[in-house]
Amino acid sequence: MATKLISGATLVTSVINGDEITFQCEPRDSLLDVLRETLNLTGAKEGCNNGNCGACNVIMDGTLVNSCCVLAVETEGSRISTIEGIATADGLHPIQTAYLENAALQCGVCTPGFIVSTKALLDKNPSPTEHEIRFWLAGNLCRCTGYDKIVRAVQDAAEKMQEA
Amino acid sequence: MATRTPELVKSGDFNVIGKRPIRHDGVDKVTGRAAYGADIFLPGMLYGKVLRSPHAHATIMSIDTSKAEAIPGVHAVVTYTDLPEPGEGMTELNESGEQATYFKAYNMLAREKVLYDGHAIAAVAATDPHIAEDAVRRIEVEYEHHPPIMNSQQAIDSNGVLLLPDIFTDTEGEIDAAPSNITKHVIYEEGDIEAGFAAADVVVDNEYETATVHQGYIETHNATARWHEDGTLEVWCSSQGQFGIRQELSDLLQMPVSRIKVTPMEIGGGFGGKTTIYIEILAALLSKKTDRPVKMTMDRAEVLKATGPTPGTWEKAKIGATKDGKITAAHVTLYFEAGAFPGSPLAPGCMTALSPYSLKNFRIDGYEVLVNKPHSHAYRAPGSTMSEFAVETAVDEICETLDMDPLKFRLLNASKEGDLRVDGPPFTRVGNIECLENIENSDHWRTRLEQSKEPHLKRGRGIASGFWMNGGGMSSAQGRLNPDGTVTLLEGSVDIGGTRTSVAMQLAEVLGIPVEDVNPIVPDTDSIGYTGVTGGSRVTYATGYAAHEAAHDMIRQMIDGIAGYWDAQPSDVHFEDGQFSSDGKSLSFKKAAKILDDEDVGILGTASVAPSQPGSTFSVQVADVEVDTETGKVQILRYTGTQDAGIAIYPPYVEGQLQGGIVQGIGWALNEEYFYDQDGRLRNASLLDYRMPTALDLPMIETIITEVPNPGHPYGVRGVGEVSIIPPPAAISNAIHDAVGVRMRELPMSPPKVQKAIAANGG
Repeated sequence: MATKLISGATLVTSVINGDEITFQCEPRDSLLDVLRETLNLTGAKEGCNNGNCGACNVIMDGTLVNSCCVLAVETEGSRISTIEGIATADGLHPIQTAYLENAALQCGVCTPGFIVSTKALLDKNPSPTEHEIRFWLAGNLCRCTGYDKIVRAVQDAAEKMQEA
Repeated sequence: MATRTPELVKSGDFNVIGKRPIRHDGVDKVTGRAAYGADIFLPGMLYGKVLRSPHAHATIMSIDTSKAEAIPGVHAVVTYTDLPEPGEGMTELNESGEQATYFKAYNMLAREKVLYDGHAIAAVAATDPHIAEDAVRRIEVEYEHHPPIMNSQQAIDSNGVLLLPDIFTDTEGEIDAAPSNITKHVIYEEGDIEAGFAAADVVVDNEYETATVHQGYIETHNATARWHEDGTLEVWCSSQGQFGIRQELSDLLQMPVSRIKVTPMEIGGGFGGKTTIYIEILAALLSKKTDRPVKMTMDRAEVLKATGPTPGTWEKAKIGATKDGKITAAHVTLYFEAGAFPGSPLAPGCMTALSPYSLKNFRIDGYEVLVNKPHSHAYRAPGSTMSEFAVETAVDEICETLDMDPLKFRLLNASKEGDLRVDGPPFTRVGNIECLENIENSDHWRTRLEQSKEPHLKRGRGIASGFWMNGGGMSSAQGRLNPDGTVTLLEGSVDIGGTRTSVAMQLAEVLGIPVEDVNPIVPDTDSIGYTGVTGGSRVTYATGYAAHEAAHDMIRQMIDGIAGYWDAQPSDVHFEDGQFSSDGKSLSFKKAAKILDDEDVGILGTASVAPSQPGSTFSVQVADVEVDTETGKVQILRYTGTQDAGIAIYPPYVEGQLQGGIVQGIGWALNEEYFYDQDGRLRNASLLDYRMPTALDLPMIETIITEVPNPGHPYGVRGVGEVSIIPPPAAISNAIHDAVGVRMRELPMSPPKVQKAIAANGG
């Protein structure tokens, strides 16, 4: 979609993972459409396209959102962090390391959404209780793990980030 | 190194096996870089979308695609007429037996009739997904409606309404004269059930129902196809087996498998539901017609309406026992809804129903019926969760009548090595009793459940067992030695949950190298030998077996090469604990790799194996629940499960299989169901209304790995992927009974049903 000029398209500029990016989109394109199809940021996954599974979660201006439920045109001037922006050149984020060390993923397709949600939680609440973790992550569906190891990974990440 | 006698295998004896390394594909998966099926983009790619029937049962009078084809940007529309006319052959359904190719083709694209809400009728390829969607809406179809058949009773008593005209009930090879919606009746029997029931002091005889439920993988189906000018076809998709996808495409397109290359993308969950094709064939037809690559992805409603959920069932279980708790006879009757076409996991449902028990007198009658629902497909231990729900609940009813501890009852009647399985062969060494004992000795079972102080909250505990056969079959692996002493491992099994590592660990164990020195890759169908589906809990068993054999092939070649370098006889070169040695000389694996490279000796170990003793497995689970007697809501307070892993190669992922299967079983028990209206339309085709468990619904899931080594594998492995889903519905039903005294015999045990049952029981 990026390669042709779309009639009726709008130009939108936002900051994505620290880079100011201008893209064109149709009014009906979601942020998820643009991330995946236009910007090739395929880490956000489509599991339901109506806000029920959390696989497409990104952080927009400090708030956790389902990118499938945000219209791309709404992101003008926003700062957006996707899964691709969590690790740095220095290495993995402690949340990512905790997911690996706790075997908190199986098929891995929900994992980007969970990691982004976990980051939004720990940014807000650095030492959540188990109940707070489960409440916060209730918007992310995982069908493989039964959530046990995910909750433990979040607890582990919180602990390590507190120590750091 | 080398193969150990399984009887001597103990987890602690290994260098690699039983450890907890970071999985090889982990970094890609936590950074969003892993490429799943929908993450592929090809130059000049078109987007495909599907027109699906909004009706459950109707004859197609006409299809007019002209308005869709006229939309700018639309390149092609295909219907069933674009498929080669299917012949008489059969197509594998992998874990669900096989199916006439004609019905497979009919399911891919409707012909005379549409047979369920969501049945594909046509597919469109356009330059943009939105244009393709617009075009789908412009296809005009005229229908003549028929009454929908929505459950087993309606299928049997259908007043002449038939889904398919040429189905005649097949009873163990005898074909009925009149057409029917009952495709077959299978019977498994042994001994004399009449005499067995006559000898019983107590008999329970009840009916059970389970709802149609979906595997619920988070990644929707996807396929990208490119038909080349030379008549070859390439397909990229996420599936549970690239070779199965290739075979089905070959059957339907009537072209040799050698002309089709399937590349397995990362798969976002399958649980049995991705062992077959749906839109792969549509993408291929559209690519052929447009001469462009075509990408298709399903949305969630399409996944729920038009892939392969597990059958809804209607079941009867009659069990008799003596007053001291020995089962004397059992008779189980199962009606499985195949969906709109023949083929369902009825046989495994029958074969597992009674297997936790040692029985002399039993009979199982299994019926498969056609209903206007999508064609069912495998779901984790296909068929068994339903049949064992009935039996494991009935067993609890026997224990209640006898006032007997349900765990002790199971120990008293437990099936063991040498007992005959329902389907004939005797059990090999199995860990049924060990699983029961591990639960008996668990902290959970030994800790008394305290009641809530709130009078409307009642707590109870339930237990249930599960049995699954596990699968073997063909797998291939290749190990290539690199000059730096690492190994590139090609292995044919799609990795859904850590099997790159569980397979690589077996190769590394043989070679005496760290698993981090192995780079496991899952290649396309042209780049590795045939390997069966990632299903039947077979990967760590069968593909691990292949990796073990490939590693030994590498060692043999390395010994030959080093013998040449040392000017020795190969028989004088020994390999042990990661060292090659002969006549006082010795070389580490790494140094040997460098020398062999310098000497121009290439090492490529290969193996294709078809091991046939996967070693059956059991799971025993205990649930504590709290029932809100005002609302009927059931909360899981504590949950513990064990299963026999043989030897746990990669324990964190064995625990993960237990936890994941248990939670799918909890969803099946409490929430999940296909809700059809009177017209046969699915009314909950979203992940909001098809309610799978969330993190907030659950406690931690406690696991105990039972290890009774499987004599049929060099390291004692048993498959661990499936059995854990079986016990939860019965364990929870039994716990609800313990809490509030009502028997829930119908799944899901959702709040309205539980509340109604409590009210009917006098509040």
